[in-house]
Amino acid sequence: MAASPAYGEEKGGSSSLGEPEYGHDPASGGIFASDYKRHDDLKEMLDSNKDSLKLEAMKRIVAMIARGKNASDLFPAVVKNVACKNIEVKKLVYVYLVRYAEEQQDLALLSISTFQRGLKQDPNQLIRASALRVLSSIRVPIIVPIMMLAIKEAASDMSPYVRKTAAHAIPKLYSLDSDQKDQLIEVIEKLLADKTTLVAGSVVMAFEEVCPERIDLIHKNYRKLCNLLIDVEEWGQVVIINMLTRYARTQFLSPNQNESLLEESAEKAFYGSEEEDTKDAKAEATSLAKRKPYVMDPDHRLLLRNTKPLLQSRNAAALVRLLRSHSEVQYVVLQNVATMSIKRRGMFEPYLKSFYIRSTDPTQIKILKLEVLTNLANETNISTILREFQTYIRSMDKDFVAATIQAIGRCATNIGKVRDTCLNGLVQLLSNRDELVVAESVVVIKKLLQMQPAQHSEIIKHMAKLTDNIQVPMARASILWLIGEYCEHVPKIAPDVLRKMAKSFTNEEDIVKLQVINLAAKLYLTNSKQSKLLTQYVLNLAKYDQNYDIRDRARFIRQLIVPTEKSGALNKYAKKLFLAQKPAPILESSFKDRDHFQLGSLSHLLNAKAVGYQELPDWPDEAPDPSVRNVEVPEWTKCTSREKRKEKVEKPFYSDSEGESGPTESADSGEDTVVPLCEEEEEEAEGKKVKKAAGPQRKKGHAETSSEEASASESSSSGSDSGTEAPTMVEAKRRKAMPSSKAKPKEISLLDLDDFTPPPPQPVPSSSIISSSLVTDLEGLTLTDTSLAPAQLLSPAFGTVRTYELLHRMAGEGLSVEYCFSRRPFPGDPHMVAVQIQISNNTDAEVKSLRVSEPKLLAGMRIQEFPEIESLAPGDTASVVMGIDFCDSTQAANFQLCTHTRHFYVSIQPPVGELMAPVFMSENEFRKEQGKLTGMSEITEKLTLPEKCRSDHAIVQQVTSAANVGRVPCGADNEYRFAAKTVTSGSLVLITLEWREGAAAQLTINSEKMVIGTMLVKDIIQALAQ
Amino acid sequence: MLWLHLYGNALKGVAEKMIHSLFLINCSGDIFLEKHWKSVVSQSVCDYFFEAQEKAIDVENVPPVIPTPHHYLISIYRDKIFFVSVIQTEVPPLFVIEFLHRVADTFQDYFGECSETAIKDNVVIVYELLEEMLDNGFPLATESNILKELIKPPTILRSVVNSITGSSNVGDTLPTGQLSNIPWRRAGVKYTNNEAYFDVIEEIDAIIDKSGSTVFAEIQGVIDSCIKLSGMPDLSLSFMNPRLLDDVSFHPCIRFKRWESERVLSFIPPDGNFRLISYRVSSQNLVAIPVYVKHLISFKENSSSGRFDVTIGPKQNMGKTVEGVVMTVHMPKAVLNMNLTATQGGYTFDPVTKVLTWDVGKITPQKLPNLKGIVNLQSGAPKPEENPSLNIQFKIQQLAISGLKVNRLDMYGEKYKPFKGVKYITKAGKFQVRT
Repeated sequence: MAASPAYGEEKGGSSSLGEPEYGHDPASGGIFASDYKRHDDLKEMLDSNKDSLKLEAMKRIVAMIARGKNASDLFPAVVKNVACKNIEVKKLVYVYLVRYAEEQQDLALLSISTFQRGLKQDPNQLIRASALRVLSSIRVPIIVPIMMLAIKEAASDMSPYVRKTAAHAIPKLYSLDSDQKDQLIEVIEKLLADKTTLVAGSVVMAFEEVCPERIDLIHKNYRKLCNLLIDVEEWGQVVIINMLTRYARTQFLSPNQNESLLEESAEKAFYGSEEEDTKDAKAEATSLAKRKPYVMDPDHRLLLRNTKPLLQSRNAAALVRLLRSHSEVQYVVLQNVATMSIKRRGMFEPYLKSFYIRSTDPTQIKILKLEVLTNLANETNISTILREFQTYIRSMDKDFVAATIQAIGRCATNIGKVRDTCLNGLVQLLSNRDELVVAESVVVIKKLLQMQPAQHSEIIKHMAKLTDNIQVPMARASILWLIGEYCEHVPKIAPDVLRKMAKSFTNEEDIVKLQVINLAAKLYLTNSKQSKLLTQYVLNLAKYDQNYDIRDRARFIRQLIVPTEKSGALNKYAKKLFLAQKPAPILESSFKDRDHFQLGSLSHLLNAKAVGYQELPDWPDEAPDPSVRNVEVPEWTKCTSREKRKEKVEKPFYSDSEGESGPTESADSGEDTVVPLCEEEEEEAEGKKVKKAAGPQRKKGHAETSSEEASASESSSSGSDSGTEAPTMVEAKRRKAMPSSKAKPKEISLLDLDDFTPPPPQPVPSSSIISSSLVTDLEGLTLTDTSLAPAQLLSPAFGTVRTYELLHRMAGEGLSVEYCFSRRPFPGDPHMVAVQIQISNNTDAEVKSLRVSEPKLLAGMRIQEFPEIESLAPGDTASVVMGIDFCDSTQAANFQLCTHTRHFYVSIQPPVGELMAPVFMSENEFRKEQGKLTGMSEITEKLTLPEKCRSDHAIVQQVTSAANVGRVPCGADNEYRFAAKTVTSGSLVLITLEWREGAAAQLTINSEKMVIGTMLVKDIIQALAQ
Repeated sequence: MLWLHLYGNALKGVAEKMIHSLFLINCSGDIFLEKHWKSVVSQSVCDYFFEAQEKAIDVENVPPVIPTPHHYLISIYRDKIFFVSVIQTEVPPLFVIEFLHRVADTFQDYFGECSETAIKDNVVIVYELLEEMLDNGFPLATESNILKELIKPPTILRSVVNSITGSSNVGDTLPTGQLSNIPWRRAGVKYTNNEAYFDVIEEIDAIIDKSGSTVFAEIQGVIDSCIKLSGMPDLSLSFMNPRLLDDVSFHPCIRFKRWESERVLSFIPPDGNFRLISYRVSSQNLVAIPVYVKHLISFKENSSSGRFDVTIGPKQNMGKTVEGVVMTVHMPKAVLNMNLTATQGGYTFDPVTKVLTWDVGKITPQKLPNLKGIVNLQSGAPKPEENPSLNIQFKIQQLAISGLKVNRLDMYGEKYKPFKGVKYITKAGKFQVRT
C-alpha cells in the first residue's frame, strides 16, 4: 500500500483503523509478528467448521480490504472456503478473490472449478451470474480460455440477467487478452441480437469497448436499439445514445447542410451525450428535423424521435432543470451550457434568469453562471444583466467580483451601446476600497480604453493618479502601459508619472519594470525634451537589474531609440515601432474554442483531449446504402434462419465479417440452402426454443436418423453454445470417410447419438502394465475401431525424462538431490504420482538417516514418503521413489528433507503434464468420451508448428514429452489424438491436434478439469513451439 | 466503403473504461474506505485530490473533475464525505457524478444516513453493495429494489439477531428474481393493507431584490409516492390541470406515450418509496411569493457597530398558515457578534462561521415576527460593502402553490380496493432576499 505516510499516520488515530500496515515492511519485525499472530486467529476461524466463525472472519477480512490493508497472506485460508455452502460466506470469499486473485494467480486457480460448477449447474440465475462475474473478474491470464467458454455459454443462457453479465464479462476478457477479439466479436454479434432491454445497454458497452469499428454489426440492430432505447436503464441509455450518435454520423447525411454547419453540429453532438440520468438526451429533435429542407433518412428521424422522449421537455429547459441538482452536476452542466450559449444564444435566452447567482452558490458555480450570463447578453437584455452585475460587484467573494468585472468588460466590448455605461461603472470601482477590485477594474478599463482612447483622457488622468496607491503589479503595469500608449493625450502628467516610477524603479515587480522602460521609451520618442534624462536614468537602472529580461530589454531599447553613430536603420523607425496603432484586444469567452470536443465529454470539461477520447466522425458526403438496416421479417422471433441467410448474401458488410465467424458450410453446401448454424443460436439466445423448419437445413442423407436428429436439435438448442455445431454425431460414424474440413473447430455436439448405449463411462484404472516396448509399437499404429475392452492404463511412453533439482549442492551443504517423474504408476496407491528421487552425497562424511518429514500440504494432498535411507556414504548416490497425490493441482508439495544433522525445506511442483497417466482407448471410445466433454470442458487453441515439428514423429514426441499421455489411433491423416486421465480423480484428458495445411494447427483439449486443460494447452503449445 | 476503413482506423485500440476505483475520504483527509473494480490503484492518487482541496479553500469549491498524470479524479461531496472516483479514460463526467450520487443515495437508503460512522459500522454491506452496483467499472444493479433483494438492509432487530446467530445481511435464499420483465418491481409483493400515497411537494426558488420585487422565481415540484400494493397493480393518475406541467421528468415506470397523448400518468409502480415525477413551473408563469421581508441592515462608517432589523410577514399564501419559518444569514467577516432581540422564536449567531440563524416558527399575521438589535464589528476593520442576503425557509401545508391538483387515481390489474391518499405541501427552495 503506497499510501503516503502522512495519511497512514493520520489513520492511526482512530482505533478501528489503528493497525499500521506491516505487510510490506519487514523492518518492523516485532509488530509484524503480532500482526502475523492476529492473522493466525483469522486463519483458525476460517478453518473451523462453524459457518458463523468463518463469516466473522470473512467480515473482518473484508473490512481490512475496505480500509486498504493488505490481507493477501490469508489467501490460502480464504480460497479454501470458496466452495462453502453458506452463501454469505461465499459472497465475501468472492469479494476477496476478486481483490487478490491477480496477486496470487496459482492459488486462485484452485477456486476456478467452483465457479465453473456454479456456472453450469446452478438453477438460480443470480448464482450463475455472480459465478461468471467473479470468474471474469479474476485477472489471471491463464484462465482466458475458460473465461471465453464461460462467456459463450452464458451468452445463450435463459436468463437475461446472466446474459447481461456475459456482456459485462466481454470487455474484461478483452482487456486481459486482446487476441480473443475475433471470438468475442462473435459473442457480441449474438448478444446484439438480444431483444431484452436488460442486455442492450451492456452489450453496446461491450461493443464500444471491443470493436467500435465494426459498425456493420449495428445495421441489423439499429432500429431495434432505437425502439428499445426508452426502456433501457439509464446507464445503458447513455452508452447506446453515444454509440448511435456515432452511427448516425457515419450513416446519415448531415441535417444541417443548408444552415451554418458549425452551429448545428454542435447541437447534434449534443443530442448524443449530454444528459445522464435525468433522461434528457437533448433534441428539439422532430422540430429540427422538420425545418430541414432536405429529406432526412427515416432511420435518422427514428433516432431523433426516440431520443426526444428522454428529454421530456424542450431541450434547453431540460438542462436548466439540471441546475437544481447537486453542485457537481451543476458544474458539469454549466460548463456545457457555457459552450453552447456561445453559438446558440437563442436556446438559453428564455432561461436567462435561471442563471442568476445566489450568494450561497460555490465560487466555481458562480463563475460559470457568470460566463453563461455574459454569453447570453445582447442589446435587449443587457440592462437587466448589468443590473444583476451591480449586485454581484458588492459580493464578499472577491474572486467572484473580479470575474464580474471581467464580465462587464466583455459585455462592454461586445455591445457598443453600453460601453460608456460600463466604463463609467468601472471607473467608479476605481475608488473601491478593495485593492483587488480596483486592480481588476484597471486591467479591464485598459482594454476598453484601447477602443476609443481619444474620448477618455479624463479617465486616463484619473488612473495616472492611482499609481500612488495601487500596489497590485498587474494593475500598475496596465496603468503605465496606458499612459505610455496615450501619452499624447496626457502630455503633462506622463513625464511626472515616469519621474515617480523612476524613483521607485528598483522596488517594482518585473512586469512593472518592463512597463516603466516601455513608458520611458515612448516618452523619449514623443517628448524627449522633458524625459531624456529620466529615460537615461531608467535605462541605466535596468541595465544592472537582476532580471536578464529587463537587462535585455534595456539594451534593446537603448539601441533602438538613442541615436548613436553606430545605430542602424531601425532608429529611424523607432517611433513607428513603438507608437503604431495597436488593435484593440478582443475579450471573448474562454469556452469559445471548446466546441470541437463533444459536449458532455470529459475532454470538453477539461478542454484537453482525455485518454481514449474519440472525435465524432464527420457526416459522410454521401449516405451509405440505407437498406443495410432493413430487417426483412419484422417479428424477430419468427424470422427463419433461411431468410436471414438470404439477407446476408445481399449485405456487403456481412461478407466482410463472415470470414471468421461465418457458417460452416461443410460438405453439404451443394444442396438446397445451407443454414449457418450460428444463426440458430441467435435465437436460442433469446431463450426461445424455436422449433425451426428442420427440413431444409438437414441433408437428405440423414433421413434415416431423422428422429434422433430432431431431438438433437432440440436439446442442443437448450444448452449448446459451441460456436458452430455443424456436423452432428451421426456423421461421426463416417467421419473417417470425410476429409477433415477446415471449418470445424468445435465439431462435437453435446449429445452422443450413437445407436448403442455407451459402455461404462470411466475407464477403470488397471494395474496391468503393458511393456514400454509395446507402447512404442502401438504408437503410430492406426487401429480400426473394433471395440476394445475398457480403456487401459498404459505405462508411460518414454521420451526424454526431464530431471528437476530439489536441492542444490550448495544449498544442501554437499548433499544434492534431483527428482524426475518416472511416469510409472506408484506401487501401492494408484492416485499418487511417482517421483523418482536421486540423492548424491558430495560431502566427505557419511549422511545418515535421510528421510522426509513435516510435509506441508494443501488440503487433500498426500505424500507417501520413501523409506528412510540409513546412511549414504560420501560420493554415493541413492535412488528412491516417493508418491505424491497432488490432488490434480499444480500446487507444490512442500516438505523437509532431513538428515541426522540438518533439515532442508524442499518442494516439488509438478508440471501439469505429470498429473496424469496415459489411457489406452479406441478411436470410437475417444470420440464418445470427447462428445461428453464439450462446451465448458473443451479448450481450443490455434498454433503454428515450427519447421522441425512438422513430422508425425516430432509431434508425437513433443506431446508425449510435455505430458504423460498415450496415443490414440486415428483414422484421419494429420490428426493426432492422445488420451490420459488424471492420477487423483481419474478424469479423462483428451488431446486432439489437428494439423492443417502448412504450419497451422489446432489443439483441442477436452477435460472436465478445466484448469488442467488450460494449463496443458499452454504446456503442449510451448513444447511444440520449441 | 472507404469511410468504413478510415473510421475503423480511427477507432482502433480504444477502450471505454468507466469507474476504476473509489475512495471515500472524510473531512480531515482520512481515506476510510477504498474499493477497486479492476486492478488496484494506489491511495497515493488521492494526493492530487488533497492538493486541489487545499487550493479550493472550502469544500464546495473543489473542482469535481481533477486531471492527474495518469488518471482523472471525479468526486462529489455528500454529507461531509468526499466520494473520489478514479477514471482512466474518456467518459461523460455526468455519468460518473450521477453514479456517485446514486451510491450515496443507496447508503442513505440502507443506513438511514450517509455518514462516515454509518459506513464504517456497515463496512461489509457497503462493500457488497459496491460490488453489486458496479461491475468492471460499469453500473450493474442500481435499482434499490433489486439491491435490497440481493443484500438486506440492516435493522436494529436484525443486527441483534445477527450478533446472536452469526448470520449477516446477505439474503439467505437468493431471490429467483423477477429481474427481467419489470426491472423496478419485484414479483410476489403482498400486503394486508393496500395503500397508495402521493405527496405533491413544491419548492419555490426565488431571488427577491432589495426593494422587495421579484428578480427571479420558479416552482420546482415533485410527486413522491409511497406505494404498498400487492401483486402487479397498474395505476393511472390524472390531474385537474395537467397543462401546468410543461417541463417534466418521469420515473422510468411511466408510459410516456400515454402522457403525451392524454396527459395521464399511467404506470406499474415500484414497490415502496420512489419519486414519480419531477417538474418545473417556470418563471414565465407568475409565481406567488408567500412571504415578504422588511429589512434594515446598515453598518456605520468608522464605527464598530451596525443596525439589524428584520420583519417577516405573510404575502400571497392563499389563506394558509406559513410555518416552519427559518432565516439564515451569512454575515460579513468583519462581524464579531450580534446583540439582538426576537419577538418570536430564538436566534443563534455562530461567531466562527458568521452564520445567523433565526428560528421563527409560525407566522401569525396579527403579530409579525421581528428580529432587531446591534451588530458588533471588528474595530478598525473597514465597513462591509455588501449587506448579507437573507435565506428564508418556510412550509405551507395543504397547498401546492402552482395550483396543481390531482383529479383521480385508478387501479387496474388487481381486484382489491386500495386506500389512496394525496398530500400537498409547499416549501421554500432556494429562497433568497437581497438586502
